[in-house]
Amino acid sequence: MGDLSVAERRGRAGREPSKIPYYVVLSALAFFALAPLLVLVFNSLKSNAEVGRNPLGPPTSPVFENFPTAWAQGNFATTLVNSTILTLGTVVGVCVIAGMAAYAMARLDLPGTDGVLLYLFVASALPFQLFLVPLFFLWNTLTLTNTLFGLVVIYWAIFSPFATLLLRSYLVALPRGFEDAARIDGASEWQVFTRVVLPLSWPGFLTIALVSALGAWNEFFFAVTFIQDDALKPVSTSFLAFQSQFSQDWGLTSAASILIMLPVVVLFLLLQRRFIDGLTAGGLKG
Amino acid sequence: MDTAQPPSLRGPAEDGRPAKGKLRPGSSLERKKRLIAWAFMLPLVAVNVLVILGPALATVYYSFTDWSGLGAAEWVGFENYRDILSDGDFYGALWHNVLWTVFFLTVPIAMGLLGAFLLSRITRFQMFFRVAYFVPYVVASVVNAALWQNILDPDRGVGSALAGIGIPWLDGVSFFGDQNLALPTVAFVDNWHWWGFVVLLFLTAMQSVDKELYEAAKMDGAGRWQQFLNVTLPGIRPTLVFVVLMTIISSLLVFDYIYIITQGGPAGATEVVATLMYKEAFVRFEAGYAAALGIGMSFMGGLIVLLFLYLRRKGWEI
Repeated sequence: MGDLSVAERRGRAGREPSKIPYYVVLSALAFFALAPLLVLVFNSLKSNAEVGRNPLGPPTSPVFENFPTAWAQGNFATTLVNSTILTLGTVVGVCVIAGMAAYAMARLDLPGTDGVLLYLFVASALPFQLFLVPLFFLWNTLTLTNTLFGLVVIYWAIFSPFATLLLRSYLVALPRGFEDAARIDGASEWQVFTRVVLPLSWPGFLTIALVSALGAWNEFFFAVTFIQDDALKPVSTSFLAFQSQFSQDWGLTSAASILIMLPVVVLFLLLQRRFIDGLTAGGLKG
Repeated sequence: MDTAQPPSLRGPAEDGRPAKGKLRPGSSLERKKRLIAWAFMLPLVAVNVLVILGPALATVYYSFTDWSGLGAAEWVGFENYRDILSDGDFYGALWHNVLWTVFFLTVPIAMGLLGAFLLSRITRFQMFFRVAYFVPYVVASVVNAALWQNILDPDRGVGSALAGIGIPWLDGVSFFGDQNLALPTVAFVDNWHWWGFVVLLFLTAMQSVDKELYEAAKMDGAGRWQQFLNVTLPGIRPTLVFVVLMTIISSLLVFDYIYIITQGGPAGATEVVATLMYKEAFVRFEAGYAAALGIGMSFMGGLIVLLFLYLRRKGWEI
C-alpha cells in the first residue's frame, strides 16, 4: 500500500514537470510589458532636474506639479472634451447602426444576408489606402474636414462593419421565444427590437461599445488627417504636437501620457474580460 | 466566402426560425417584411457608401488620372501605374514593408506562442499575466511611441543606464536616428503593444484544444516540446493561419507607428508604401498617383487573401 503510493507519487512527479520555469518566463514577459509603463509613471513624478540625474529609476522626491502643468500646457481642458465627444458620438452611433443592421440580419430574415456578411467582412478589413484620398477631398467639399462630426461619421463607417458582425453572432445565439411572444401580443417590429431584443442583448452591445470606444479614443490616423484646427484636436493628435514641443521635458510628457491613457486603462481593468473577448473576437491589428 | 471569416465571428447555425409557411413569397406582407429588414440596414449602408465604398470606387477612377486633389482630373490611362513600376522610392518602400512583414511573422508570433503555451499550462496568476500582457494594447499609439523614445534615448535612456552598470555596448546609440536601426526599432515599439494581443488570441485557441490529447501524448512519453509541436500547434492551426494572414496584410499597409515616430526618416530608412502614399497625396498633391499606390496596395492585399483561399480549396489544411 505504502510502496504503491510512493511509486504513484514518484510517477506523477515524473510526468508533471515543475511549473517554476513557466512562471520565470511568464514573469519576464510581464516585466517586458509593464516595465516601460512603470518608467512612465516614475518620470511623471520627477522634476526636470531629477530626470537629468535619474532618467529611468523610481523618483527619490516625488513631485506632482507635472500634472497641472501638462494639463494647462497640453490644452487638456479642450482636447479631453474633444476626445470625449468623439468617443461618445462614435459609441452611440455604432451601437445604433450596428444594432439595427445586426437585428435585420439575425431576426428579420434580411434577403441576401450571406452577401451582406461577406461585404461586411471585406469592409471591416479594407485598407484606408483604398478610400482615403477621395474621402479627404470629398470631406473638404462637404466642409466636414476640421469638424468633430465629420470625423465621427468616418468612425461610424470604419467601426460599424466589425461591430455588426460581432453583434449579429451574439443575436443569432439568443433564443427567439420572447420575441415571438411579444409579436403574438401585437407588438410592432420596432417595439420588439427596443423592448425585447435590446434589454436581452446588452452584453453584446457593451462589448461593441467598449471596442469602438477604445478605437475612437486611441485613433490617430484619421484624426491627424482630418483635423488640423488645434481647438478641435483630440488627445491623441494634440499630444504629438505637445511632445515635439516639450520633447526634452520628460516629466511633462510623461504626465500628459498618463492623462491620456488613464481613462482607458481604468476602464480596461474594470471590464477586462469583456474587453479581451470583444477585441480578440475579430483579431484586428490596431 | 465563409472561410475568410475568423472562426469566432461565425455565429451558431441559424435554426429554430419561427414557421413562416403561411406567407407566400410574392405576397405583399412578405414584400413589406423585406422592406422593413432593409430599412434597418439603411444607416449602415448609408455611412458605408459615403465613407468607404463611394471613395473606394473613386480611387479606382482617380488612379487613372493626373488629379491633384483640387479641380479637374485629366485621364492619363495607366501612366500612374507605369510610373510606380519605375519609381525607385516605391521599391525601397516596398522592401521595408517586406522586412516589416518578416519581423511581424516571426517575433510577435513566437512570443505569442510561447506566452500562450505557458499560460495554458498554469492556473495560478493566469488572469494577472493575461491582463499584464494586454495593457500595452489598450494604450494609445502616440503614448507608446513617446514612452519608447524616452527609454531608447541615446543620452538618458536604457543604453546609458546599462553603461552605468558596466554594459557599454548600447551607450549613445541613437536607435531612431541610425539608418540601419530605425526600422527594426520602430517595429520593436509596434510589437511591444501588439504581441500581448497575439498571446490572448493563441491562448483562447489553445484552451479549446482537447485536454485528453495532452494526456495521451504524455502517456506516449512526449516531453513539453513534443506536446507543443504535436498537440498544441495542430490544435490551434486555424487561429495560427488567421494571424499569419492578418499579419501579412497589415504589414503591407502599416502606417501609424512609422508616421508618428520617424515619418519615414532618417533619409527614407523607414519609408513604407503607406507613408509614401500619404506624402504623395497631402504633401506633393499627386492625388492621382497616390490613388494608384492605394489601389496597388489593396490589390496586393486582395491577392494574398485569394492565394490563401485558393490553397485552401486545393486541399491545403489551412
